[in-house]
Amino acid sequence: MQEYTFGKITSRSRILKNRIMNILITLSALLALTPLILIIADAVIQGLPALSLSFLFSTPVPVGYQGGGIAPMIQGSAIMVAIASLISIPIGVAAGIFFSEWPESRISALSSFSNDVLAEFPTMVIGIFAYATVVLATGTFSALAGGIALGIIMIPVVARTAEESMKAVPNSVKEASLALGIPRWKTVIYVVMSTAKGGLVTGIILSIARAAGETAPLILTAGFSNSFVSNLLNPAGSIPYLIYYYGISPYSSWHAIAWAAALILIAIMLSLSLAVRLFAKVRTGLEVA
Amino acid sequence: MMKEDVISENISLQVKLAKMYVVGLKAGYGKEMILKGIDLAIRDKSITAVMGPSGCGKTTLLRCLNRLHELSSNAFVSGKVLLDGVDIYSKQVDPVSVRRKVGMVFQKPNPFPTMSIFENTVAGLRLTGIKDKEKLNAAAERSLRLAFLWDEVKDRLDRPATSLSGGQQQRLCIARALAIEPEVILMDEPCSALDPVATAKIEEAMFALKKQYTIVLVTHNSQQAARVSDYTAFLYMGELIEYGQTKQIFENPSNELTERYVTGKFG
Repeated sequence: MQEYTFGKITSRSRILKNRIMNILITLSALLALTPLILIIADAVIQGLPALSLSFLFSTPVPVGYQGGGIAPMIQGSAIMVAIASLISIPIGVAAGIFFSEWPESRISALSSFSNDVLAEFPTMVIGIFAYATVVLATGTFSALAGGIALGIIMIPVVARTAEESMKAVPNSVKEASLALGIPRWKTVIYVVMSTAKGGLVTGIILSIARAAGETAPLILTAGFSNSFVSNLLNPAGSIPYLIYYYGISPYSSWHAIAWAAALILIAIMLSLSLAVRLFAKVRTGLEVA
Repeated sequence: MMKEDVISENISLQVKLAKMYVVGLKAGYGKEMILKGIDLAIRDKSITAVMGPSGCGKTTLLRCLNRLHELSSNAFVSGKVLLDGVDIYSKQVDPVSVRRKVGMVFQKPNPFPTMSIFENTVAGLRLTGIKDKEKLNAAAERSLRLAFLWDEVKDRLDRPATSLSGGQQQRLCIARALAIEPEVILMDEPCSALDPVATAKIEEAMFALKKQYTIVLVTHNSQQAARVSDYTAFLYMGELIEYGQTKQIFENPSNELTERYVTGKFG
């Protein structure tokens, strides 16, 4: 008769299996987090000693001198990301509108596909493209060339997130607008985009974070400079390039600066993703229905 | 096609009184024919109920009356729909202008989620270029009163529309449709997502509205058709089985299918 009480027997083995699976899943989650924690810990340990308020606001000093900071690189990164945003946000959002609201158009389908291809492009190739067009044409590495390269990198990210957030607007909301005799283009701008604005902003912030961390394309376009950018057609320093440039140098004082700069870059990234999180929370709080 | 130009006999008497007049309307998606030739006269300043089992084409019929059907992918329409004698499907007519005369309330309340109660009410006016603040305020109050919602929301017009209950949201959608001063209001099972109390309020609003507007009400609930409508059309498998005064349809239907439907034997 004992065989027939299989419920008890399997339930014991099932509890055991369940526990083992739980442990395995927790372990792999921790394993996935390890590199992130190690990197941040490393950056904090190595970077914190060199970090101070003057590090953020002063220019670099020659090797062998004490102090100095990375203010020109912060400015350079900010200027180039701003140029990139000016280029990519209008183009990306417009493309996203087109992909999401005119899917029946062949051009829309084709450009949506090319957008995906562009998103997968190695950023170095985009750097080479900007080099071949802007740098060669102007004859100099420049903040403008760097901004254009970063802008091209941002476009597909902005376009895709804009498309996704507008596709998420319920069809019933679009129909409500059309049924009021509101023309299609006004429906898209005032109803669909306004409903999707949370997603639009999220996508833009994420693409800015992406562009701010790019190094490879800047090597070929912005070059490097130790002084502030006063002319967009002059070479410009940037935080990621400084990390690369100082990091491979033979001077230990430069290594410390590279670590501190890495810490700042990580802090910028984290605060941008945190901003996205907070923004998403506010947004979903509004979207009952 | 010749047949579409010929006014079919059984409704020819009502043509003179008709606000909208559907002639030989066929519609569907791709190769699937959903409406197989509908002739129907919709009387001015009255409630016409369109009832029938699920999938009979009643919603498609309604969506043909404001040219919303054609916006779905693969949709096709043929035949005529006259509004005050003008075919809304003729090439000279802009569908946007049709939708300003023929308003619509949907099955599920669909207020604009990012707009306030006030902004929702006047969205149709604002987005077609009316900016005068006083005009907008007056239109909002007028249409919210007509939808029997004013007293409940007058102190919180700037609150988000999504803060309202389902029934209030649906009355807000009615007010939003009324604000653009349409002549005909299409209602697609407006109470199917609502409880009996909210349903009663909407029906009360419909009674008041028919003094000024022509209402076409789609419902699968035959009791609702009996309660509120003046005329009832019974649709089955894409064809108009019977159409007449509501009293006659429910008390003395001439078709056996209609009788079985109104007595609850199928549907």
